Amino acid sequence: MKEGKFLDVFNNYNWDEISDNIYSKTEFDVEFALSKSKLNLDDFSALISPAAAPYLEVMAQRSRTTTLRRFGNTIQMYAPMYLSNECHNICTYCGFSFDNKIPRKTLSDEEILEEVRVIKSYGYDHILLVTGEANKHVDINYMIHAILLIRPYFSNISIEVQPLKLEEYQRLSEAGVYAVLVYQETYHSENYNDYHTKGKKSNFKYRLETPDRIGEAGIHKIGLGVLIGLEDWRTDSWFCAAHLNYLEKKYWQTKYSISFPRLRPAEGVTPPKVIMTDKELVQLISAYRIFNENVELSLSTREHSTFRDHAVRLGITSFSAGSKTDPGGYAHPNEALEQFEISDERSAQEIASMIKIQGYEAIWKDWEQIF
Amino acid sequence: MEKLIIANKIFNSRLFLGTGKFGSNKMMRDAINASGTEMVTVALKRVDTNNQQDDLVNHIKGNHIMLLPNTSGVRNAKEAILAAQLAREALETNWLKLEIHPDPRYLLPDPIETLKAAEELAKMNFIILPYINADPVLCKRLEEVGTAAVMPLGSPIGSNNGLQTLAMLEIIIAQSNVPVIIDAGIGAPSHAVLAMEMGADAVLVNTAIAVAGMPEEMAIAFKLGVEAGRMAFEAKLGSKTIFANASSPLTSFLD
Repeated sequence: MKEGKFLDVFNNYNWDEISDNIYSKTEFDVEFALSKSKLNLDDFSALISPAAAPYLEVMAQRSRTTTLRRFGNTIQMYAPMYLSNECHNICTYCGFSFDNKIPRKTLSDEEILEEVRVIKSYGYDHILLVTGEANKHVDINYMIHAILLIRPYFSNISIEVQPLKLEEYQRLSEAGVYAVLVYQETYHSENYNDYHTKGKKSNFKYRLETPDRIGEAGIHKIGLGVLIGLEDWRTDSWFCAAHLNYLEKKYWQTKYSISFPRLRPAEGVTPPKVIMTDKELVQLISAYRIFNENVELSLSTREHSTFRDHAVRLGITSFSAGSKTDPGGYAHPNEALEQFEISDERSAQEIASMIKIQGYEAIWKDWEQIF
Repeated sequence: MEKLIIANKIFNSRLFLGTGKFGSNKMMRDAINASGTEMVTVALKRVDTNNQQDDLVNHIKGNHIMLLPNTSGVRNAKEAILAAQLAREALETNWLKLEIHPDPRYLLPDPIETLKAAEELAKMNFIILPYINADPVLCKRLEEVGTAAVMPLGSPIGSNNGLQTLAMLEIIIAQSNVPVIIDAGIGAPSHAVLAMEMGADAVLVNTAIAVAGMPEEMAIAFKLGVEAGRMAFEAKLGSKTIFANASSPLTSFLD
């Protein structure tokens, strides 16, 4: 394996230069990119640029056919389960922020199993465990304990928690974790601390190198993403694509997924600095798919129902539904504990029906714990 | 037409189907029935092994349809062997499509791990059909360790790009002592026809049928293609030539 981490690659790039390159793209660049079967990062710049706006339908069509060929008429279903909303970070956009005076809760074994029973009753077999960052309450031992507790009930367990050490990811892998999601939030290194003002999350570089540690630990899938609304989404998404490119070449046995959460209102959070329109989100989804045929693209309940209905046919490959973003929220909903308000409040079965109407099949199980 | 025999089992159809990517289990079942296939492969990871009434399996099961579990998702021989044992127990068959693709992007099979796993699984009395790259030497090595067939790819899985590995497939077919099933990349009935005309024993198709506008009709098209190709092979196709026969400048003096 080659030495070096993504930080070494990242240091070769300059935010403003990348941004200028994206905004200088012309229709010629877009058509050139679309004429290719294998696209590079410069082609991706063209597809996410303002110059690509008139090509939205062409891009969407190509995204759809490419996704169909690779993933078929299927959408993978998963449910997030919040284990804790304790958090020692201060993040300006997050409902769990330390300075946000909301009730805090970490689930006990009994409460976890209560949640499991409800989530299983919806039909789910793939679960995503989520916590804030509070090492006293929710450390690696708590996580492993929770994973082993729920493992008999789910074929596929993913986790979205704070960046961990290599050996901690190895322990997660041994415990049966399939995927780890760590979003960089923004690749704008200078402005990163405007949003992450206090706590361990304020360490930009440590977070940036986290996917390397997950890859080294042999976790099956790594989830990447930026929080759309913080900085220019085109430039941030370019860096995310560059990160994906780097990781795919280095950790070639690992699968990757990308999410593109748009900042949603939450208790005590500052509103988005940048607004991304629905058209721009379709452009981004299509661009990712045309750039990378194999990456999984995920859309959560942050998005509104009309958009989600149409996204089924645009290149998205996994969906959550009926989600609760508060710990214990499936068995005992409590809005005061939420990380963010969900936008699409339909149940898992309602979403599965919507998917079916569109000629797709909702997939509930696509993994075996023994792998 | 000659019957296909794999591990002493006779097949009336030389078309095998995959079960992924269909828009619904009903569409999948209709396509399976229309294709005339007698063996379909199903990913173990998609099956709820604790549920006797698994919806996917229930839609496939039929008197004349044989389930061929596959190990899709495993990354090495060790995981493949575990998956094989689970599949044998859960689906009550010792037939196995062995596929080990550590590369999740192109799903290209790992030849080293596949050979290792095949060697072990053969000792455990599995009937192994390994999915592999179109590597003639690997095919012979797999045959030697006891696989019941070989399943070389025509082009990357799901690509619909047809028989890009044609030159290697010809060698594999020419020297194989076990049935050769061309798997992956067959994107149109014409690709299947070509495979069968070349002398392949069977083809396995999934994406081209599952994501077609009308999967059931496409399954029929593949059925006809496979039958036409096989009939042409058995009828002994005329050989192609690039030589003109009209004159023989070098040998006419002998007349």
